[in-house]
Order: sequence, then C-alpha cells, then structure tokens
Amino acid sequence: MTGQPGEVPGDPGEVPGDPGKVPGQWHRLHPLSPLVRSGRAAVGVLAIVGISASGQFGRSGSHLFDWVLAALVVIAAVVNWLVTRWELDGATLRIETGLLRRDSRQLPVARIQAVDVVRPFLARALGLAELRVRLAGSSHADGRLAYLPEQAALDLRARLLAAHHGLDPATPEPGERILASVPNGRLVGSVLASGASLLIALLVAELVVILVFPGVLAATGSTFLVFLVTLVPMVWRRLATEYGFTLAQSPDGIRIRRGLLGTVAETIPLRRVQAVRMVEPVLWRPLGWCRLEIDVAGSPGRDHADGSGRMRKTLLPVGHREPAWQLMRLVIGADPPPLSPPPRRARRKAPLSYHFLAAGHDETSAMGVTGRLRKVTTWVPLEKVQSVRMVTGPVQRALSLATVHVDAAGRRVRAEFRDRPGGEAGQLAEELAALCRGARRRAAQPGASPAPAIPAQGRLPDADAARSPASRPGQRR
Amino acid sequence: MRRVQVAGTAAVTALAAGTAAALAAGAPAAAIAVAVVLVTALAAFWFVRNRVRAWTYTEREDDLIVARGVMVRRLSVVPYGRMQFVDVTAGPVERAFRLATVKLHTAAAASDARIPGLEREEAARLRDRLAALGEAKAAGL
Repeated sequence: MTGQPGEVPGDPGEVPGDPGKVPGQWHRLHPLSPLVRSGRAAVGVLAIVGISASGQFGRSGSHLFDWVLAALVVIAAVVNWLVTRWELDGATLRIETGLLRRDSRQLPVARIQAVDVVRPFLARALGLAELRVRLAGSSHADGRLAYLPEQAALDLRARLLAAHHGLDPATPEPGERILASVPNGRLVGSVLASGASLLIALLVAELVVILVFPGVLAATGSTFLVFLVTLVPMVWRRLATEYGFTLAQSPDGIRIRRGLLGTVAETIPLRRVQAVRMVEPVLWRPLGWCRLEIDVAGSPGRDHADGSGRMRKTLLPVGHREPAWQLMRLVIGADPPPLSPPPRRARRKAPLSYHFLAAGHDETSAMGVTGRLRKVTTWVPLEKVQSVRMVTGPVQRALSLATVHVDAAGRRVRAEFRDRPGGEAGQLAEELAALCRGARRRAAQPGASPAPAIPAQGRLPDADAARSPASRPGQRR
Repeated sequence: MRRVQVAGTAAVTALAAGTAAALAAGAPAAAIAVAVVLVTALAAFWFVRNRVRAWTYTEREDDLIVARGVMVRRLSVVPYGRMQFVDVTAGPVERAFRLATVKLHTAAAASDARIPGLEREEAARLRDRLAALGEAKAAGL
C-alpha cells in the first residue's frame, strides 16, 4: 500500500513507556493462551477419545494413539506459545512466531485500518482477549495477538491507536460518546423479519404438511433437514454476534462492541472508511428499519465465526432510518448529495428496480441507490474513489442510457449511478474523475503536516459547517 | 492493439481442426463440416476484429482511460495515484507475436484497466511510465 510520508508518526526513539512496557522490549502472550487456542481442537480430540473409550472401535491400540494425538495438540500449542513474542516499538508493532519457519511480522502503525479486540467465550471466561490489527492488503498481513490479558489488550489498543494518530503512545485512551445501541428485542425482531427466518416459517409450514400427510415425508423430509441445518446456525450467528450492539464515537475512531457469548470490540479510524451502505430489506421497510454497513480497505479474507474477518463491518445491525442517516453523515463527514432519479425510459430496462434507482454527487461524495426488493444506498467519499467506470449494455444503448460506477477499495464497494441518460453519463464520468482528483488533493494537504491533528471532541456535523471540507472530523485519505 | 493476428491464428487452428475431423467422416459430411467451420471462423474473426478495434486507451495527465467492448461498452478512468501495481503478462500466443498485456491494479477489485495486445516495447514503456506516475502521484488508502 502506498502511504503518506506525513502519516508516519513521531520519533520511535523517544517514546516514554510505563513500567513493563518499555519500547523495544519483547513480550510474551498470556500463559493460558495455548489452552484457549487449542480449546476447540482439544475438545474434538477428547470427543474422539471418548468415542473410542466407549468401546466402539478397537480396544487397546487406538486408545493409546488418541492420547498421543491429544498430547501432541497440547504440546504444539505450548510450543507455539513459547516461540511467539511481540513488541511495540514506536511506529511499528512486531510479532515473531514459528519454531521451524520463523515468521517475523512488522506492522506499521500508520497503516492500521482497524483494531479489534476479540474475546471468544472460553477466553472471556478466563479474562483473556485477542488483539487483531488489520492492515490493507491480504489477510496474511493482519497481526493477531492471541491471547493477552484483557487489560493489556485494551492498553495496547489504546497505544496503537494513539500512535496511529501521531500522538504519544502513552496518551490515555480518549473518552467516547455512545452514538447508538441496539435493544436486543429489536435485534431479535429484525432477525425474525429477515429473509432467513421467513424460510424457517416456510419450513414449519412444510412440517405441518408432513404431519398431515405422512406419506410425503420421505420426499420432503431430507430437504427440510438440510434447510434447518443451514438456517439455524445462520440465525444463531447473527444473534450471537450482534447481541448487545453498542456504537460509540471517540476521537480515535468509531468503536463497535457486540457479542453474546464471545464479545468483539472493533475500533475503526474514521478516515479509514471507504464507503457507507444503508440496506433496507423489504420486510423491514414498513417498520422504518435499516441496517448500516461500512467498508474498510483490505481483503475479505477468511470469515471468522464472530464476523470480524470481514472488511465489511456492521455499523448498525438494525435501527430507525432517521438516526441511521445521522450516523452516516457523521461517518462521511458531509451532508448527503442531492439525488435524482434516472429518466423514465429507464423503467423499460429495469422494471423491477426503477422505483429505487437514484443517484447524485457533490464535491465531496457520491451516492447511489439500487435494489429490487432490498433498497441499498451506497455512499462513497470522493477522495476514496479508486476508479470511475462507465458501462453501457446493448439495451441501455438502445435506450440511450449508461451506468457510471464509482469504485472504492474492496471487492464490491461502489456507488452506482445506474441508467443515467447517455450523453450526461459521459460528462458525469468525466466530472466525477475531476472531482475525485480535487478531493484527493484536498485530503492530501493536511497530511503533509508531521502529526495529523484529530478533532479534540467528536461531534455531529451540523448542516452548514459540514459542507466545507475543512470542518470534517478527522482528515481521511 | 494487434489482436487481429491472434484472431487469425485462432481461425486457422479452428479450420485445421475442422478439416481433420471432417477427414475422419465421409466426403459430403466433410464438405458441410468445413463450411460450418469456415463460417464460424469468419464470424469469430469479425467479432474479434471489432473487439480489438474498440479497445483503446488514453494516457492523460492524471489518469488512464481504457475503453473497450462492442456489445457492452465499458470505459474506466483510473487515476495514477490509485494504482497499486502493474502487471505485464504474455501468454504463449502473445509471445509468438511479440505482444503483451498490461494490467493496472487498484485497491478496488472492480477497476478494470486491462490493455491486451500491446507490442512488447510499448508494453514496457507503458509499464515504466505508469509505475513512475504512480510513484509520483501516490495517495494512501
């Protein structure tokens, strides 16, 4: 990733550290971490041991083998713990691991995209936490420290974020302001109203059918089971990962806390946000609910069970539209651009989605609305735009229409100006490219100072002040 | 933009394969097969020729514009500052004609700036120029 020279915070040498956290000193992970790390594997092995002990398979030989296997897993975890160490040296977090293949990882603090503190259930019970440092680029570039004592993880996060913003790493974690929290009742309601649960209702109906006509059981029973097996974990996962959702703002970024059994605390510096998306599924719309997602640069990578592997983060699992708009304004740091619908003839090309289609832009951001049943509003700040594309399909050409895509970093992160009038679309692409250039320059200028200033206190931008780029919370680039 | 040559080879190989298949069968079948292959090859040739003609790129002061497509027209504007890396690839057929493909990658997966069928020297020139410009105008994520 290309970085601003100005992003590299102060002198690495002169970092005053508190006792036990002297810069350049290597630290170990918590001694209990092998236990937590191998927790799942150990449970699996124990299950196997249990099965063979119950006398199903072989009497004596395999028994020994199982114990050896269990011991190996534990030894591997302990060795892994022994050879892993980390240090925070001013502007770099170093993680070294590996016994045979030594893996030394340098994570420049200035490149941080997000910092997560993840507490799986077992770790939480033992007072441990995992720290994940996300950088742009592949998921191999992420730094993971599993596990640290809870307080140490929080301290390290504060230090990393302070260093990221060019402050003295010893700066205490700034205070935060709760922006939104999701009542658990509403979360349950939203999950029930989502499509997955609708399918479950269908399945229940099918069950009734089966009960009434036992004859068709053979035909539908198996599909029923397959659906159930896939759907229940899906619903459970949404509930478990988004339970107790709290969104807070602090000068070092947006903080998200969520989780039922295992908890996740994510911190995303505001200037790292690539795009904000508002999703309104068809069943939620009568209730005035919507869901907010933000995109952060980086590879989607492996999807962790706690939902923290994604670079598409949930900003608000379910909420009312008005506060959601407030949140979006806060994250982008500007007012939404005025939207305009495509010409009427676009209805012939997109009969099912015409009612939603709209798009607009101003000097700082672009916004596109798409969707047939689910209304998806994507808002991209122009300084984050990676490329502008214009696509004209055969039908569009016949109707003299074109779609302009504004791409931000990520796999499918873009605002779409769908079905704009042909001639205008060309100009639009040109204009957007020019506006992006201007936005990039503006964003790059404050970065020239050695320590990018951050707003002392976060606030909801009011309508007139937010228009001028100088008043944005945090300088994003 | 000399994919025409590539299209030509494709047509020739298709023809050869067609005749070989036809020789195995009877005489009237062979005639029909050859005719079918010829027509298909011509159609493919025409199609590829149009495709190649439509593929253009423009180097501007701040961005690279790549336009392509006949049925579906696509136009990408990629600012140099957003470039992550440049790929130059040359497959066996391309190498036979001393051609290469230049691909510009940005952090967005969708940015679609691929320029195939450049002459090797031109590809190298473009690569170096893009790399230099990307360096000069680099912007963080």
